Amino acid sequence: MTPDLLNTCGRKQITLLLILALISPLSWAKEAAPVAEDPVIEKRMLALSEDLRCLVCQNESLAGSRADFANDLRREIREQLKEGKKDQEIIDFLVTRYGDFVLYNPPIKPTTYLLWIGPFAFLLIGAGILFFYLKMRRRQVEEPPLTEDQHRHAESLLKEDKGNNA
Amino acid sequence: MRFLLPLAAFIVLVGFLAVGLGLKPREIPSPLVGKPAPIFQSPRLHEPDQILSSKDNLGKVWLLNVWASWCVSCREEHPLLVELSKSGIVPIYGLNYKDKPELALQWLGQYGDPYTVSVVDPEGRIGIDYGVYGVPETYVIDKNGVIRHKQIGPVTIESLEKKILPLIKELQG
Repeated sequence: MTPDLLNTCGRKQITLLLILALISPLSWAKEAAPVAEDPVIEKRMLALSEDLRCLVCQNESLAGSRADFANDLRREIREQLKEGKKDQEIIDFLVTRYGDFVLYNPPIKPTTYLLWIGPFAFLLIGAGILFFYLKMRRRQVEEPPLTEDQHRHAESLLKEDKGNNA
Repeated sequence: MRFLLPLAAFIVLVGFLAVGLGLKPREIPSPLVGKPAPIFQSPRLHEPDQILSSKDNLGKVWLLNVWASWCVSCREEHPLLVELSKSGIVPIYGLNYKDKPELALQWLGQYGDPYTVSVVDPEGRIGIDYGVYGVPETYVIDKNGVIRHKQIGPVTIESLEKKILPLIKELQG
């Protein structure tokens, strides 16, 4: 809703809009039918494109992007599904053209080792550093035993204290 | 000594960030480089009743430049392409991507036409085959029809002199 629309709406209209918004998922389902033609294919296309990256707006999936380019690729996927291609065939089709970059779930291979293993490696390194740091710290914090003199001094202070309280 | 370790970590972090700033996430390496260029047959922009097949270009080194009249950065590289075509070093073929012919022709009339032939790709299908995701893009294709280089974004003097022209010379050699 644009701010303009809000300004022109009275309270009644807003209520009406809210009601419409609540019931609209039902009406949309009907309206979308002619575009989708085949709901099964549309569902498969959406499921596939959820896991594919739109190369124009790189933080969006193909399913979620409104870019023209994403539209074209969705059309391509739809058409290939209609031709009876398997999901994997379509993914391969896109990967040969756009590279692993289109996949939100890239395969494990030498170029992606760092990507897959990196976080765990960093976790291990961090845990190692923490372990050694704590070990070192314990050694520093550990109290050295009192010398004979200090012991005597402490004892006398304690006695003095007791005497005062009594 | 106490601050040495954090300082070292900080410097390393700054190093990573500096490298990260220099990366161009929009330039995704194309898996098609080194592979045969997808074959297309498409109507010419100037003579829509004539079909150009990319197979006809076998045996010569050529550039495929993806352009459109709605593409702003195409205007940026266009004078360079016009100049390059005048030099006669390499034929430039245009792929008029998702455009309207009348607008495309008008655009060429206005800015000059560096293309030996432009073919039309109104629905972006040839574009998908070539892995086009942004315009302009330029492909260097060798005598055997193999893609040897892909330039994403406008061609610049730097990219021409450092990469494209030496590569063409080598391929023509």
